[in-house]
Amino acid sequence: MNNKEFVCIRCPLGCNVSVEMEGEEIKTITGNTCPRGADYVTKELTDPRRIITSLVKVQGGERPVVSVKTAADIPKDKIMDCVKELKQIEVSAPVHIGNVILRNVCDTGVDIVATANVELM
Amino acid sequence: MMKKDLVIIGGGPAGLAAAIAAKEAGVEDLLILERDSVLGGILNQCIHNGFGLHTFKEELTGPEYADRYIEKVKTLNIPYKLNTMVVDLAAENGLKKVTVMNRQEGLYETEAKAVVLAMGCRERPRGALNIPGYRPAGIYSAGTAQRYVNIDGRMPGKEVVILGSGDIGLIMARRMTLEGAKVKLVAELMPYSGGLKRNIVQCLDDFGIPLKLSHTVVDIKGKERVEGITIAQVDENAKPIPGTEEEVACDTLLLSCGLIPENELSDSLGVNMNPVTGGPLVNESLETNKEGVFACGNVLHVHDLVDYVSQEAEQAGKKAAAYLFGDLASTGKEIPLSVQNGVRYTVPASVNIDRMEDNQIVRFRVDNVYRDAVIEVSCNGKLLKNQKKRVLLPGEMEQIILNKSELEAIDNLEEINFNIKI
Repeated sequence: MNNKEFVCIRCPLGCNVSVEMEGEEIKTITGNTCPRGADYVTKELTDPRRIITSLVKVQGGERPVVSVKTAADIPKDKIMDCVKELKQIEVSAPVHIGNVILRNVCDTGVDIVATANVELM
Repeated sequence: MMKKDLVIIGGGPAGLAAAIAAKEAGVEDLLILERDSVLGGILNQCIHNGFGLHTFKEELTGPEYADRYIEKVKTLNIPYKLNTMVVDLAAENGLKKVTVMNRQEGLYETEAKAVVLAMGCRERPRGALNIPGYRPAGIYSAGTAQRYVNIDGRMPGKEVVILGSGDIGLIMARRMTLEGAKVKLVAELMPYSGGLKRNIVQCLDDFGIPLKLSHTVVDIKGKERVEGITIAQVDENAKPIPGTEEEVACDTLLLSCGLIPENELSDSLGVNMNPVTGGPLVNESLETNKEGVFACGNVLHVHDLVDYVSQEAEQAGKKAAAYLFGDLASTGKEIPLSVQNGVRYTVPASVNIDRMEDNQIVRFRVDNVYRDAVIEVSCNGKLLKNQKKRVLLPGEMEQIILNKSELEAIDNLEEINFNIKI
């Protein structure tokens, strides 16, 4: 039996979650205040993922950049590839919240969407 | 003179939520005054996710969270003025005089029956930190750097050291890394981080950025531009320990060393302040000692979560409406909330049972890291309730709910005390 400690990052409460493992198998999960905590540590042990937020250049807008996010979480080891891909693209104003900026970033099956409004200059 | 029933000073998350709540409670004649060119306040530059889990049951970024409220303000036709600064606040015969300035209308006075203070906070600047060394370019507060990067699309530097492990500093460590900078380390004076645990995990640990606790910057090198800094370990009195100095080459130093509620206007009005929070002392209705003047959000006490700011501001807006309609009870007495053994302050600082709602949220912070501790609430020296906690951190706000009925059941209630038992 070995124990692993996690801080759940699914919400700002940051629960301290303890996992009891037997080999590769998760035996018990304690300390989480909601089901998201159990889901988080399970994923963290098998397939760690993150939502990524960054910026994309905007042409002809009231601001030079628009904030974006991955519409769902992507594998942790794709984070830097994802932001590199975002550096290569440029969109035209206007851009609105929810607009898809890029489809299937880094072959993750996840889209990049705008999280702010940038109107025409 | 322009007259308004309710003036809300600040169009950030607190001001927006207060305005919406007041309007929904029936206040028609209200106005939001915002000094920036857009509504939404600091949320506009907080492009990271994690906002709104309590309020909307989904995870939003800062601009998305702000947009929900801005759209609501527009739908409800709540008037607001942008690029407009409140320069003075005074009270005369129960009315508040708000001195306002903007480019279109110049300087003028507005008379308000009620005011909601929602001015937010600002960052502690280098000048307040007493860091020795030159004053070269390349030293920014973390929030300033956040604005340069996220709003203006400009990078302040390539090799970065961050002093202070407040949330903005941690968030900026990740942001600068994702934008291609090398973040060498985060130094924190205290033996614990001032930020949320989740931010240490996802902003530092994920990227292998070291967090050096009990360390501070003792020298800044470079005349025109930062060339490097010296960090040193500190003892329990926060004094640098000779011989522990370490030089770190960098071109940028970000400071994330605390936020200070921006209360110049509250001061000019003569609002009683809490020296611990730097914000006004308020009662259960979030009303200051000046009748009809309410406070909420980071101007009242610095929050970690915008969801709680919205919740608090909603309360302030509702209570301002109740005040305007004459629905705030004038009976009952103010029962002080006192603190000891590790609890630094409470908001509110007093409650009037006649005026309180069935469930009154009391928010507070602790002064140190406590493990397996119990938060105790006592009335007239007798234990009323307690709440067990695996861990209490100075960087994370706590809350306890007081029920009206349980307080009404106590004879001659004189004082409600909050303390931590280890």
